[in-house]
Amino acid sequence: MKLSSLTLHEAREGLRARQFSSVELARAFLTRIHELNGALNAFITVNDEEALAQARTADERIANGEDTPVLGAPIALKDVLSTRGLRTTAGSRILENYVPAWDATSVARLRAAGAVFLGKTNLDEFAMGSSTENSGFQVTHNPWDRTRVPGGSSGGSAAAVAADLCCAALGTDTGGSVRQPASLCGVTGLKNTYGRVSRYGLIAYGSSLDSVGVLAKDARDAAIMLGVIGGGDPLDSTSVDAPAPDYAAGLDGNVRGLRIGVPREYFIPGTQTEVADAVRAGIEQLRALGAVVQEISLPSTGVALPVYYMIATAEASANLARFDGVRYGLRVQGADLIDTYRRTRGAGFGDEVKRRIMLGTYALSAGYYDAYYIRAQKVRTLIKQEFERAFADVDVIATPVSPTTAFKIGEKADDPIQMYLADIFTLTCNLAGICGISVPCGFDAAGLPIGLQLLGKAFDENVILRAADAYQRHTNWHTRKPMLSLTYQGC
Amino acid sequence: MAHLTVEEVDHIALLARLSLTGEEKARYAQQLSAVLDYAAELAAIDVEGIPPTATVLSVHNVMRAPDAAGDSIARDDALKNAPRSDGASFEVQATFDNKDE
Repeated sequence: MKLSSLTLHEAREGLRARQFSSVELARAFLTRIHELNGALNAFITVNDEEALAQARTADERIANGEDTPVLGAPIALKDVLSTRGLRTTAGSRILENYVPAWDATSVARLRAAGAVFLGKTNLDEFAMGSSTENSGFQVTHNPWDRTRVPGGSSGGSAAAVAADLCCAALGTDTGGSVRQPASLCGVTGLKNTYGRVSRYGLIAYGSSLDSVGVLAKDARDAAIMLGVIGGGDPLDSTSVDAPAPDYAAGLDGNVRGLRIGVPREYFIPGTQTEVADAVRAGIEQLRALGAVVQEISLPSTGVALPVYYMIATAEASANLARFDGVRYGLRVQGADLIDTYRRTRGAGFGDEVKRRIMLGTYALSAGYYDAYYIRAQKVRTLIKQEFERAFADVDVIATPVSPTTAFKIGEKADDPIQMYLADIFTLTCNLAGICGISVPCGFDAAGLPIGLQLLGKAFDENVILRAADAYQRHTNWHTRKPMLSLTYQGC
Repeated sequence: MAHLTVEEVDHIALLARLSLTGEEKARYAQQLSAVLDYAAELAAIDVEGIPPTATVLSVHNVMRAPDAAGDSIARDDALKNAPRSDGASFEVQATFDNKDE
């Protein structure tokens, strides 16, 4: 048995049965990280010492008869989630040496439940990007093909799960940043309903769109992780104290009678044929399992991209105002305070972050506020209403995750709009505030993974998780592994 | 078609508290113009009578329970990440001139 190949639930079974210890498990993953991270750049920071200490504590708790869904399980954390005492960079040089004094709530809940933190994973700077090329530190490579991107912005977490460098990982999703890299790396990615998981301690990008999510080896693991991190939090007034069902217990494999809508606007020219074919085949599989499939329409889909880029950048321009070189982070001294702010931010932020701050500042500036920002918020209402109408007739909406499989590193780096188009099928979910999951549903001719997106109503994670789990009981796309050790070890 | 001039980019950069190089200004003028052209699609959509969505949540004005004193971050921890500190406070340049000097 190879410990690093285990899913989270398999690892927990092994720990419960005392087949191996949490320390053995942590050592197996840390060894593998040190073998492969040089070739993949999935982690920015590896947490060797603390991880082993956490594993020893977990072993004691297990010996004392304690049991939690993640006790002793090695987890990776996207480096935009605050970790007490562990450097948190948000992928930005402006926070290169920042060590938080507190945990994000999602992190704190995993910590309390006895998870082992292997390290912090790479991302596009401040989660702004779709390829992880915008990191201020390193470019993460797709484990299926090292010349290609892992997607983004949670590309480090997705690559780490795909390469068996952790049992599961936390990511964040503002416009597709969990689902799109999950799709490009062939893993399962859950984007939770806005308000389901506390955003406290998540370094903010677009506050009305940001959500904490999970990258995992299967839907069951995603359900387990959500069960730990979900639920209301007094430290985040936008978290909703809705009852969180036992997600894992609800996975009964049954999709009989589940109503699936397939929106025609998500099958458009420009989508890679193999992607559309694999997604349609995945939907057929669900139909064969008893789901009822019907075509639907979400007419405003085509304008979601400009809506997203007006709202997300406006919110970003306000959120990133806090990085001023006064209380933490980089400071570049100037002639006066304003000059210090400008030099600090000019030197500390990367190209895409500056571009988005500029765009958001413009959209909020006098004379343009109504034409861009308010108008985008009104169209957002239309998009949200279309989803509400659609969900009156269907339980789940099935679409591709991304129009293409993983693209080449550098291919879209100089063309912002081409890069933004990588998210056209995912960002509507954030605008509407609903939940979605990406599940592997095939491979293209080049051997690159393809993802099927299942969208659910607000707070219907149990429905999409049940459908994803049922699909995975009858398919094995999610269990395929990239041929890593043969190709990269030692490079 | 939107076309931002370098002067407009300069103005936005000041509002955004960013110093930009000449090369960045020229590039952003071109790239932001392209994105704004793309956003011009929004002008064609009929939003008469449609309210803006600032948040998808139906909850508003969440109030805390009566404020109670609790643990907070120790001063030393709060200052740990400061670029400049005298050990008791953050050190920054003066915002206003001191007329007494």
